Amino acid sequence: MNRINQALKADKKLLSIYFTAGYPKLEDTVPILNALQNSGADMIEIGLPFSDPLADGPTIQESSTAALKNGMHTELLFEQLKDIRNTITIPLIVMGYFNPMLQYGVEAFCEKCHEIGIDGIIMPDLPLDVYQEEYEAIFKKNGLVNVFLITPQTSVERIKQIDAASEGFIYMVSSASTTGAKTGFGDEQVAYFERISAMNLKSPQIVGFGISNEATFNTATKSTKGAIIGSAFIKFLTNNGVASIESFIKSIRS
Amino acid sequence: MSYHANEKGYYGEFGGAFIPEMLYPNCEELRQNYIRIMQDPSFQEEFHQLLKDYVGRPTPLYFAKRLSEKYNTKVYLKREDLCHTGAHKVNNTIGQILMAKKLGKNRIIAETGAGQHGVATATVCALMGIECVVYMGEIDIARQAPNVARMKMLGAKVKPALSGSRTLKDATNEAIRDWINNPVDTHYIIGSVVGPHPYPDMVARFQSVISEEIKWQLKEKEGRENPDYVVACVGGGSNAAGAYYHYLDTPEVGIIAVEAAGKGVNTGESAATSALGKVGIIHGSKTLLMQTDDGQITEPYSISAGLDYPGVGPMHAHLFKSGRGEFISITDDEAMTAGLEVSQLEGIIPAIETSHAFAIFEYKKFKKDDVVVFNLSGRGDKDLQTYIDYFKL
Repeated sequence: MNRINQALKADKKLLSIYFTAGYPKLEDTVPILNALQNSGADMIEIGLPFSDPLADGPTIQESSTAALKNGMHTELLFEQLKDIRNTITIPLIVMGYFNPMLQYGVEAFCEKCHEIGIDGIIMPDLPLDVYQEEYEAIFKKNGLVNVFLITPQTSVERIKQIDAASEGFIYMVSSASTTGAKTGFGDEQVAYFERISAMNLKSPQIVGFGISNEATFNTATKSTKGAIIGSAFIKFLTNNGVASIESFIKSIRS
Repeated sequence: MSYHANEKGYYGEFGGAFIPEMLYPNCEELRQNYIRIMQDPSFQEEFHQLLKDYVGRPTPLYFAKRLSEKYNTKVYLKREDLCHTGAHKVNNTIGQILMAKKLGKNRIIAETGAGQHGVATATVCALMGIECVVYMGEIDIARQAPNVARMKMLGAKVKPALSGSRTLKDATNEAIRDWINNPVDTHYIIGSVVGPHPYPDMVARFQSVISEEIKWQLKEKEGRENPDYVVACVGGGSNAAGAYYHYLDTPEVGIIAVEAAGKGVNTGESAATSALGKVGIIHGSKTLLMQTDDGQITEPYSISAGLDYPGVGPMHAHLFKSGRGEFISITDDEAMTAGLEVSQLEGIIPAIETSHAFAIFEYKKFKKDDVVVFNLSGRGDKDLQTYIDYFKL
């Protein structure tokens, strides 16, 4: 069984962390992964930086630009990750934009992920219909779970389609926004989390966007399976460095 | 084979909607409604009335006698430079503001490079009394000050794009991010035949009034609707899409697309996407774009701010790949020389974008009886400073 599906079966709320590979320093990828696992993160999204991250706010735009400036690229990331399964046992997901994957070759990219032991892919700009028509077989052959997003504006009909197409979890974007744009949740978000929860989908939901601390983590996971922290973690890295990662994770799960 | 978009927004292998889920409801709403709205008689009536009374259409199709004599062929100029605001851009913004109203939107966003599309958008927003926010790269704001002032005078808010290279590509990213953050009340008026489906097709349809007019105007002047060639400059490609539109599936009409070679196609400072681009995804569309081997989008260069876009609309990528269109790259120097020549032969100062099209005579020989229609997409007022600096006038 895929590590993602195993983690989803565990009797706890999952804490997933996103970081941009190659940031703050080019060689930080493996140290960050080790520190996150050792301090109790349940799942990690490794961000492949892109020059034009449309769905991201300033924090992840800046970390992406810096990572590219540092020299990060697809092949180098795979090289850095080649022995990662000697130490990391939690699920690993590669998250990025579709163009770098397309240039690498979708099949070659998926094979490489499989070889390394990557469990899943999140490509927000690879739409559901294109995935199903052109790439689903390649993902599946390589044991990769593709993760789709939903937002508060996603129609019930489309949520059902996405649920049917999902083999792991649904990435539930907390509000209509780019990453890092909003922090904290109001009644509107809570109602949305509950509305989706009440749909009894087959795929568990993990909430992303707007989670930055213990309070928002707890609110987001009250009726869902887990939550993802991205921009807040990148900001923490910028201000405190890789050596302090444990204190960040502990602050979310006191 | 048709060179128009299919129902999924593909031109051959190009097009589609490669968008994050956050944009799906907006694009889907537009996709489901745009053709129905555009074909609605009340929409058509209002659109054509405004094109006539406000934009000043039909624009003339002018026989350029001295250019024709010099190059020994029959040159016609489609005078989009005479549109209100000085370029073809307003055809699309009129159409899209009416579309936005039909969809019940009360806030407009747009991106702009040189500022022409920003001005055309600010203009129609003033006309309709709708809030308008235009994203413009910080660097472009500095080098296109007169257009920034025009937008402000028209009541628009100009927001600087501070990310990436701080030019058109980044202004487009910022506009898309704004739309993600304002998914309900806002319509995004994209200025070219780029972006996710249905934008390339919708913008091409609004601009198609250009070739619709060429057909009957040429019939009056030459006794035939079809020229031998239609020539247009291509950045994203909206003026070209409009000029080609009604000729796309008429193989006897040659299609010539002129791209900006900048300082030379192989100098690293160029915007010749057909020569330098590879298939990829930019701003939600699968098309040809300039990028690194690793799939990072690179920054183009042209003396003309309206042509320095790293991609090209999917219609044009398909015209190139299929061989239906002939693509020619013109350097800064060639374009500037051609712009001066047209000014002095015909008394028309073209926008530098358009000047690229007039430089093709060095590369393409026409027969004496050929009828060659150039889409004169914009006037050169906005480029005077660049012309002055270049020619030390």
